[in-house]
Amino acid sequence: MTDTKKTTRQVNVTSKTSVSVLFAGDSGDGMQLTGTQFANTVAVHGTELNTFPNFPSEIRAPAGTIAGVSGFQLQFSSKPIYTPGARFDVMVAMNSAALKANLKNLHRGGIIIAGTEGFDEKNLKLAGYPEGANPLLDGSLDNYILFPVPILQLTREALKESGLSSKEIDRCKNMFVLGLLYWLYTLPLEGTMETLYAKFQKNVWMAEANIKAMKAGYFFGDETELFANLGRFDISPHKQHGIYRRVTGNEACAIALTAASKKAGLELFLGSYPITPATEILQTLAKKKKYGVKTFQAEDEIAGIVSSIGAAYGGALAATNTSGPGLALKTEALGLAVILEIPLVIINVQRGGPSTGLPTKPEQSDLFMAMYGRHGEAPLPVIAACSPVDCFYATYEAARIAVEHMTPVICLSDGYLALSSEPWEVESPDNLADIKPRFQPAREASAPPYLPYKRDERQVRSWAIPGTKGLEHRIGGLEKQNETGNVSHDPENHELMTKLRAEKIALIAESIPLQSIDNGQLKGDLLVLGWGSTYGAIKTAVEQAIEQGLSVAHAHLRYIHPFPKNLKEILGNYKQVMIPEMNSGQLVHIIRDTFLIAPVSLTKVQGVPFNEMEILTKITDLLKELQS
Amino acid sequence: MTDNDTTIKVLPVLTAKDFASDQEAKWCPGCGDHSVLQQLKQLLPELGVAPENIVVVSGIGCSSRLPYYLATYGVHGIHGRALPMATGLKIARPDLSVWVGTGDGDALSIGGNHFIHTLRRNPDLNILLFNNEIYGLTKGQYSPTSKIGLRTVTSPSGVIDHPFNTAALTIGSGGTFFARAFDRDGKFLRSIMMRAALHRGTSLVEIYQNCPIFNNAAFEAYATPDKKADNTIYVEHEKPLVFGKGKNRGIMLDGFTPIVVDLDKEEFSTSDLWIHDERDINKASILARFADDDSLPRPFGVFYAEERITYEDALATQIKDAQKNGCWTLEELLKGENSYEIKSAN
Repeated sequence: MTDTKKTTRQVNVTSKTSVSVLFAGDSGDGMQLTGTQFANTVAVHGTELNTFPNFPSEIRAPAGTIAGVSGFQLQFSSKPIYTPGARFDVMVAMNSAALKANLKNLHRGGIIIAGTEGFDEKNLKLAGYPEGANPLLDGSLDNYILFPVPILQLTREALKESGLSSKEIDRCKNMFVLGLLYWLYTLPLEGTMETLYAKFQKNVWMAEANIKAMKAGYFFGDETELFANLGRFDISPHKQHGIYRRVTGNEACAIALTAASKKAGLELFLGSYPITPATEILQTLAKKKKYGVKTFQAEDEIAGIVSSIGAAYGGALAATNTSGPGLALKTEALGLAVILEIPLVIINVQRGGPSTGLPTKPEQSDLFMAMYGRHGEAPLPVIAACSPVDCFYATYEAARIAVEHMTPVICLSDGYLALSSEPWEVESPDNLADIKPRFQPAREASAPPYLPYKRDERQVRSWAIPGTKGLEHRIGGLEKQNETGNVSHDPENHELMTKLRAEKIALIAESIPLQSIDNGQLKGDLLVLGWGSTYGAIKTAVEQAIEQGLSVAHAHLRYIHPFPKNLKEILGNYKQVMIPEMNSGQLVHIIRDTFLIAPVSLTKVQGVPFNEMEILTKITDLLKELQS
Repeated sequence: MTDNDTTIKVLPVLTAKDFASDQEAKWCPGCGDHSVLQQLKQLLPELGVAPENIVVVSGIGCSSRLPYYLATYGVHGIHGRALPMATGLKIARPDLSVWVGTGDGDALSIGGNHFIHTLRRNPDLNILLFNNEIYGLTKGQYSPTSKIGLRTVTSPSGVIDHPFNTAALTIGSGGTFFARAFDRDGKFLRSIMMRAALHRGTSLVEIYQNCPIFNNAAFEAYATPDKKADNTIYVEHEKPLVFGKGKNRGIMLDGFTPIVVDLDKEEFSTSDLWIHDERDINKASILARFADDDSLPRPFGVFYAEERITYEDALATQIKDAQKNGCWTLEELLKGENSYEIKSAN
C-alpha cells in the first residue's frame, strides 16, 4: 500500500465504510495544509470524499486560544457521502484549545491523537482549563480512545540533522501528524511526496525535511506499541473508473463562468471586490487568462457590479461575485441591470449576518435579499447551488439563463459550499447545455428603426452591442417607452413595463426542468424541501429515515425564482412539508406566500451547517405527531 | 496643438447632424450644457470614428442626459457610477471610443471614489466633467466644488465645506490628462475635446458650465470680454504664460511660487516667463493650484498630458502572454491541472 520499504509489523487492519477526521490546531499549526494533503491522498485513492475547513476570521488569532483554533474536517467513505460527517470519528488536537473547542463533536469512543506539547501549563491556561486540570491526565477523556503523542519532540528528533533552523523544524510537525494518519488508514505517502517536491522545487532540502517528518510519523505508528490494540483501518475505494478532480465550491463557480463563456462564444468579464468567503472566485479567475478571462479588481463592491454592467452592455458574459454586505452595496446597480435588461451573473456566497456578522461562517440568510432586496419592482431569477460540485452546474445555469433571457441572475452559494470540496468526475464539454446569445444583427439604413425593447415570445429583448452598424440607441435607468426604449414618464407605460419585466422572469419557468424528487416516494407523509447547502445533511437524514421505513421524501430546489411549474403539485402529494434552513425560515415565507400552505420550519442560525442527526430527529418527531 | 495640427481622417459624409439623435434636449434655456452638446456634435464627425463605434456613458444629473441627444450608442447609468461602467465597457471592448458625461456632484461627490481610482488606472476614456458648482437636477443644493460662503437651499448660511480643486485632484490621483475649458468659448472647448480624444488614456476635461437657474454667473469673472482678459490665462505647450488685454502680463516662477509680472515694464520680457510644459507634473501641480489664489488668473487649456500604458492595454498584454502557446480549450478547462485517474472500483 505504501512506498515505504520497511516491513510493517503484524498489525490488524480493520475494514471500515466511512471515517470522519478532524485536524485541529492553532491557526499557525498548518492544519489546513495537512487536511488538504490528506484529502488529496484519499481522493486519488478513489474513496468518496467531502471536506470542510473551519477557521477563524483573524489571520493570526492569539496563539493557543479557542479563538485561534483552525480545523479541517473531512469524511471519506466506500459509499456515497454528502457531508463531512455530523461528528468525527478521529480528532487530531495539536493543542488543548483545539481539543476543548471540538470535543463536543467527537463521537463517544472516538479516537483522539493529542500533541502533548500543546497541553503544557501555558497552553492549558490559554485554552481556559482550570488550574491543575489536564484532560490528558485527569481521566476526563476516559470515554474516548486517547493517544497522547509528543509530536513536537519526535519531529525535532527526526530532523535534528536536517540543517533546518529550530523554527523550521517545528513547522514540520504537521507532516509528522499526516504520516501517522496515513499509517493509521493504510494510505500511501507518494502523493504528498510528489506535492512537496513540486512545491519546494528550488529548496529540495526543505521537501526532504518535510518528507522525513512525515515518514517519522508513519514509522512511529508502525513501531510504537501505542496503536497495537487499535490496529489500522482500511476504507476501500468506491469511485468508478474515470478522470476526477477535486474542487471547492468557489473553484467550481469560477470554472463554470469560464466554461459558459466558452460555450456561448463570449468573452468573460468579472468585476469584483475581495470579500470573504467569495474571494477565491476572483482569485481563481484571475489565473485563467490563458482562457481569455478578464478580471477587474474594482475599488469597491459597487464598481465591481457596475463595471460588469458596462462589460455586459459591450457584449461580454459579465459576472460579479460577493457576499452579503457586498450584495447590499450592489442592489442599486442590480436595479439598473434589471431595467437595462442585460445579462449578468451575480454569485452571492452567503455568510452569517447582519453587518460584518460571521464572515467565515455559512448562513442562508440572504434569500430575502436575493428575492426582494431592490428598490422598485425589480424581479430577477434566483437559483441555488447545493454542493461544491453543484456550484459548477448552478453557476453555469445562471449564465445560461442570464444570456438567453437577457436578465441579471443571482446564484446563491454559501461559505460552507465555497470552501468545502469533493471529487468531481471531469465533465465533457458535450454534456454542457448550449448557450445562445441573441445578438441583434446590423441594420441597413433603409430598414425600419431599431427597437431596443421589442420582445420575442418569451418577452426577451435582443442584445444590441456597440460596434453593430445601424443599432445606435440610448438606454438607461430612466423608465422607457415600450419597444422604442425612449425615456417615458407615461403612467400606463410604466405599469406595462413593470408587468413585462415580471412576465419575462415568470416565463423562464417554461424552459427550466420540472422539480424532481431526490429520494423517496412520489407521495407520502412528509416531504423535506431544501435549498442550497443543506442538501448533504437532508440527503443523509432522509436516506436513514427511509431505511427505518418512514414515509419521507426529499426534494431540493435549484430554482427559487421562478419556481418549477410542478412544484405546487409536488407539495400537494405529501401530508406535511418540512423546510430546514440556515436562517429563521425565509423559504418557508416564500412557499407559504406562493402556495398558501403551512410548511414546518426547521431553522439553525449558528454559522454552522446542519448535521444529519438534527434533521433526522425532526423527521422522526414530525412523523410521530402525524401518526398520533 | 490646435485644430490645424490634427491629421485625423475626416469622414466627409458625416456632419454634426448625423450625430444628433431624434430626442430634443431637455435642459433649461441658457444652460451651458447645450453648448457642450453642440461642440461634441461638431467634434464627433471629425474623429473619423463611425457612430456605431462610439459609446457615451453617463451617471445622474443634468449633464448625464448627454447620451440621449447623440446618435451614437449610449448608456445612462446610476448616480456616481458612470466611470466604473465606462471602465468595464472599455476593458471588454477596447475597440470602442468611450466618452463619459458627468458633473461635479456625480463625479466628485457620490462618485468620488470611482473618480480617483479610474484616473490612476488610466483606461482610455474621455471624461467631460460639467462643473457648474451646484446640484441642478435636485434643484440647487451646494456641490463639492461650490465656493465657500455660497448660499443655497442646503447652505442657507453659506457653504462651509472646502471645495475640491478638480485639477489638483486629477493630478494627485495619478491622472494622465487634465484640461480645463469653458462652455462659452465653444471653439476652444472643441479643440480641448479633440485633444482629449487623441490622448490615449483617461482624459479629464473640466468644463466650467453655467447653471442659469441655480448658480447663475458663477463663472462671470471669466466670461465678459473685459474681465476675461485679466482673469484668465490660456496655456499652450512650450509657450510662455502670457495674459491680459494687450498680452502685457505674464507669470514667472519664483522658486515654486507663481508671480504675476507686468511686461510693459522694462525689467521683464517674455523670456523671463514660465514656459508651459504639459509633461511636467510639478509645474502642472502649481498650475492646478492657481484656482485657490484669487490674485492669479484662472488657467484654461491642457495642464498635463502624460503617456502611460492604459489599463486595457496592460491587461491585453498579460492575456496575450498567457496565451502565447494558444488559447486553452474548454476540455482543458474542465479537466483542470490536478486531475487524477481512478483505474477501477473495488
